[in-house]
Amino acid sequence: MSTRHPDDEILLAYAAGTASHGTALLVATHITYCPLCRGKLQAMEQVGGALMEALEPAAVSAGARDRVMALLDGDPRLGTSDSRPPVTAVTGRTVLPRALREAAGSDADGLAWQPVLSGVDQVLIGKAVPGGERTRLMRIRAGRAVPRHTHRGSEMVCVIAGGFRDVLGHYGPGDVAVADDAVDHQPVADDDRDCICLAVTEAPVRLTGRFWRWLNPFVQF
Amino acid sequence: MSRIAMTLPGRSMPAATARAGLGMIEAGWARSLVLARATRLDTAMQRDSAPDVRAVETTADGRSLAALVDAVARNRDRQAFGALFDHLMPRVKAYAMRLGASGPAAEEVAQEVMLLIWRKADSFDPARATVSTWVFTIARNKRIDLLRRENRPALDPGDPMLVPDSPRPADETIERDAAEIRLRAAIRTLPPEQAELLSMAYFEDRSHSAIAAATNLPLGTVKSRIRLALDRLRRSFKDE
Repeated sequence: MSTRHPDDEILLAYAAGTASHGTALLVATHITYCPLCRGKLQAMEQVGGALMEALEPAAVSAGARDRVMALLDGDPRLGTSDSRPPVTAVTGRTVLPRALREAAGSDADGLAWQPVLSGVDQVLIGKAVPGGERTRLMRIRAGRAVPRHTHRGSEMVCVIAGGFRDVLGHYGPGDVAVADDAVDHQPVADDDRDCICLAVTEAPVRLTGRFWRWLNPFVQF
Repeated sequence: MSRIAMTLPGRSMPAATARAGLGMIEAGWARSLVLARATRLDTAMQRDSAPDVRAVETTADGRSLAALVDAVARNRDRQAFGALFDHLMPRVKAYAMRLGASGPAAEEVAQEVMLLIWRKADSFDPARATVSTWVFTIARNKRIDLLRRENRPALDPGDPMLVPDSPRPADETIERDAAEIRLRAAIRTLPPEQAELLSMAYFEDRSHSAIAAATNLPLGTVKSRIRLALDRLRRSFKDE
């Protein structure tokens, strides 16, 4: 299955606050590009607010009100910024959406890219838990193909720069591709520039191309 | 002021949306929110001149929650904050308990959320969200921050990378309060089997597969019931 957007379950998990770190990062990245999903998400948050409002109110202990009122004096005012300073310096040629830059530590050009396969580099984001979710930025050199692979589990990819094509179509910046274990695909980066994308994999992908198959146990891809 | 002129033409939109067919269904969520926002801005602009007597979000004694947040933001109004506390604290605490916190832990989380409401009152924008939506996101984020040490990935609305929302035509304005009333009515009238699963999706830290396992329902049933519930609530945003 493939769409250009994360499906409703993913958006709902983000809205409800139950999404994993990698999934939340992918959603925050995608909605930077996608007003449609941003709107869906806001609607889901409004539903969340209405559901919270509809809960049976819990009894609050007697002293709670006075305790909180006493804490108000001299309490700092955070203002409208949501405590994040505005983006000023933009470094490098490939600018990442803010959530992604904060998670990765820098814009794309400043990252410590590790070659994983010919024409493919990656940067792991966060700690990879064995058997668990893996979040990474991938850079596929212009015109190069990622070896054929399937997935034990699902993989979501959000394109940041450039684009790629696979059996299911073409993906450009902001587009999300979802692949599960039924899909054996071979993404090919556009010819004109490197393709950078965020990939969140539930379990490591499994290479299926003839040449790559034997590499599987060694390549943490 | 121009309020009546702006809100009346709103009814023409849903019919057009309905005619547009399948392609519009996806867009419906986004569209209805943009529409709802437009009217909220309208409400906010006239708040100084007249009390919003038709406000949906009110305390038990009929005070507008949005006006109370505004009073806290503008004047650091402690009395207004007290009224917000009385209304919101038991609900935020209930939310934390629904998510598995014990009574005392839930109360602590809810107190921190109330303090954030005091600090961040300036950031409440009635053009972007209802008070309950705003409080829900604060409570949700607080909980995630407490659960996880790593940074919570979040959209920065000021990101230069942001692709902006498309501008909305002036005649696509519907009545915000009516939309919120319809949403709440739609939640109350959800079929119980849908309401239960929707609550689990929001209030239990579980994937749809985990919900399926916990309820002994096939995964497809879980997904379709949640989808039906969301679609129904989405439609309630629109005047259909």
